[in-house]
Amino acid sequence: MVTWPNFVSQLFNGLALGALLALISSGLTIIYGTLGVLNLAHGAMFMLGGYAGFAAYQATGSFTVAVIAGTLALLVVGMAMERIVIRHFYKRPHEDQLLVTFGLAIVFVELVRLVFSSQSQVVPPPRLFAGITNLGFMFYPTYRLAVVGIVAVALLALFLVLYRTRLGLIVRAGIEDSVMVDSLGINVDRVFMVVFGIGAMAAGFAGIVNAPVVSLTPEVGEAILVQAFVVVVIGGVGSFPGAILGGLIAGEIISLTSMVNPGYAYVMLFAAMTLVLMLRPYGLLGVRGRE
Amino acid sequence: MNADRLYSGQRPGLVEAITAALLIAAPFVLPWLDAAPNTVNRILVWGLFGIGFDILFGYTGLLSFGQSALYGTGGFVAAYLLTRAGFPHVITALVIGMVASAAVGYLVGLVALRRTGIYFAMITVAIAEVFYFVEFNPLSEYTGGENGLPGVPTPSLALGFTTLHFTSGWSLYPFLAFCYFVGIVVALRIVRSPVGAVLRAIRENPLRASAVGHDIHAYKLTAFVIAAAYAGLAGGLLGVLQAFMPPEAFTFDTSGQLVMQTAIGGRGTLFGPLVGAAVWLFLQDFLQATLKLGASWKLVLGLIFVLLVFFLRQGIVGAVRDLARWALRKRGRPAPVPVPMPRAAGRAIEAATAATPVHHANRLFTGPVLQTSGLTKHYGGIVANSGIDFTVDAGELRGIIGPNGAGKSTFFKMLTSEVAPTSGKIVFEGRDITGMGVTEVCQLGLTKSYQVNQLFNRLTVRENVTIAALAELRGKFRLDLLRSLPRIPGLREQVERTLELVNLVDRMDAPVAELAYGEKRRLEVGLALASSPSLLLLDEPLAGMSPQERVETVRLLKSISEGRTMIVIDHDVDSLFELAERITVMHGGRVLVEGTPDEIKANATVQEAYLGGVHEVPAR
Repeated sequence: MVTWPNFVSQLFNGLALGALLALISSGLTIIYGTLGVLNLAHGAMFMLGGYAGFAAYQATGSFTVAVIAGTLALLVVGMAMERIVIRHFYKRPHEDQLLVTFGLAIVFVELVRLVFSSQSQVVPPPRLFAGITNLGFMFYPTYRLAVVGIVAVALLALFLVLYRTRLGLIVRAGIEDSVMVDSLGINVDRVFMVVFGIGAMAAGFAGIVNAPVVSLTPEVGEAILVQAFVVVVIGGVGSFPGAILGGLIAGEIISLTSMVNPGYAYVMLFAAMTLVLMLRPYGLLGVRGRE
Repeated sequence: MNADRLYSGQRPGLVEAITAALLIAAPFVLPWLDAAPNTVNRILVWGLFGIGFDILFGYTGLLSFGQSALYGTGGFVAAYLLTRAGFPHVITALVIGMVASAAVGYLVGLVALRRTGIYFAMITVAIAEVFYFVEFNPLSEYTGGENGLPGVPTPSLALGFTTLHFTSGWSLYPFLAFCYFVGIVVALRIVRSPVGAVLRAIRENPLRASAVGHDIHAYKLTAFVIAAAYAGLAGGLLGVLQAFMPPEAFTFDTSGQLVMQTAIGGRGTLFGPLVGAAVWLFLQDFLQATLKLGASWKLVLGLIFVLLVFFLRQGIVGAVRDLARWALRKRGRPAPVPVPMPRAAGRAIEAATAATPVHHANRLFTGPVLQTSGLTKHYGGIVANSGIDFTVDAGELRGIIGPNGAGKSTFFKMLTSEVAPTSGKIVFEGRDITGMGVTEVCQLGLTKSYQVNQLFNRLTVRENVTIAALAELRGKFRLDLLRSLPRIPGLREQVERTLELVNLVDRMDAPVAELAYGEKRRLEVGLALASSPSLLLLDEPLAGMSPQERVETVRLLKSISEGRTMIVIDHDVDSLFELAERITVMHGGRVLVEGTPDEIKANATVQEAYLGGVHEVPAR
């Protein structure tokens, strides 16, 4: 049953999923690291990105416009969410933050269901990446290959923002010690809003890029959120490299297990998470004291 | 959340009686309100499910999004026994399901509780998802996969002379109502037990709860298993109620709905989940059937939920309770005003001489109580403490002074095992305690009052001290789940003695949040005292006090030191010279010099390094 081409194609699938998870989890982990808020609506951000892109695609017929629209829409949604809701919860206990973001996730999902119905929607891949590529030993959907490249570029962009800009420096400093950053006279207010926007944008971008791979439903974010949690636990909270490593590990575990028996994909994912928790409680690349 | 008094002794059984009355009245009243019996039964199942969850979330502060895993486990074990395995007895099957769920909860808890806070939330979400997939795929032969298990029978009870059959609707109601009643009675006992008090302490301040000597990991696991047992029973009842065990029990939506209902109804109230479920299910019916909103009922409920989390933190039950308390307070006398200090100290000293609550110290240890050799701590490249050799004799009152950054607090943290030394050894009462852990060290009789207050903020003064005293009276972990607090021998006396010592008797029913700074500072010392340590460490007890308060506090400390060994760190050199018999001066992570106050005052090195000699030592 497990043939060589099958194995390689699952390996590619795992890479594509892993890259997406890495991007989504980076958003989640940056927000948590800087603001101290675990956004349970992060899966909904992924879903909203897909739908915003879908709406733009329907209006213009251009995939590029769809990606740009999905990404920018989520930057705006993220910043608005931080400004209107999240900032009132910085001083409240973690439980309240979890509750309110959980509630917002439901509101977003149901809102989308109201507008777009529960039926699944399809965004076709752009013409440039349509069809199937012959890799010599097997055929593979071209768009999935492209996803790896597109997401890699996005991750690189995120890396440059985090490690080469002033904002990135503040974010990284905030992850280590937010009280200190606060007392250095940096306008944390604005930084927080932008960071939340960027985190949501990462998820939204992943959402629209992923839309041609898996059709869109209002629930599409739920499974992604759970997987992103596992990625963050494996990689370590607040660690951008950890999110990438964790994402790739999780993506491959899900894909390779699915090849044998899809029912065990989550069991294996969970087993990996448990193993990491036993051996390195703060995640593979995490540091104690960041949570 | 202050309603959960530790001594809820005024009218025992009142809450239980009201609950019973309401449950009995419901089938006579609710039909007039057009309530469908099936909805009422579902509310009861959700309410029961929520009792356990509330103990975990509302009382212990652990927000799990994975309760569906345990609900489903209990439900499917019971349903499998009754439908596939041909097990005849419904009630026994429900109990087996509950036990199975508790056992699974224990294993899940071992993994999930490795971390706290958001990690815990994320891990529970992941666990629930695993269970969902396992039910659907690997175990579908036993669970029916996406078809679930149809044909779950209803219970009947043979009473000898007659047999009661509970079928559906109002006929099943008495059975579910009885289960709920038993559930609430047991839960009330649990939250009023010493375990309940410790769970609340964990919610308020896990760090301090473990520092006063409670094994918080074991208690958290206990709360998790209790929640699992309730979830398991409720899951089994769901199968009975629907005559079918639905696979949806395992979905994330189930966990989510439970969390939302509990938050809507009011966490930390036990009854909140029931109220929340009633609101949820009636609103769902109302929005769908009456307002014809169709599928968007959930959007409306989601919005209501967000607004509730925003503005009504304690949920409906909490709001009603706060309203009632506010009304009572308006009618009754005003809140007591803080007791002025002067009256205080005199009485405290009387109390101290009258009673010596030094259980550990009664062991009459002679010679050096504490000895460290070569104690060293590095933080990366920074040396906080280096090669400290330090000895304190029994009954001594030692002062430690030194400029900021001298390593005093780090030294204390190593003594109480809050941080592990890089190298060196700590011997307490002849026993090597290096790296033993803060809980164990406290249980041996060595504890500390913190430089920055570490109190249980939403509890009262008395509850705070009770929690610390419990650690000494019950050890680090004990499962006296059904024992009531006032029945613990010696507890009341120990709490009262401690409150007298730190002069907070008049404020004992005030929540910590209402205390003045000086009072909080005294309570901080009280928490350390309540566990009757033989060696008490005080980290800057005078910090932030007015000169008048300092004088009083020094007298207080003198009285506390009777029959006990004490080490005090402070920057108030004059007070410390007055208080301590010997002084250790630390500087740059080392012991600079040691001697009587007079020797220290005369020492040239100390003057130069610390007391403002010619070369000012920069702070850090």
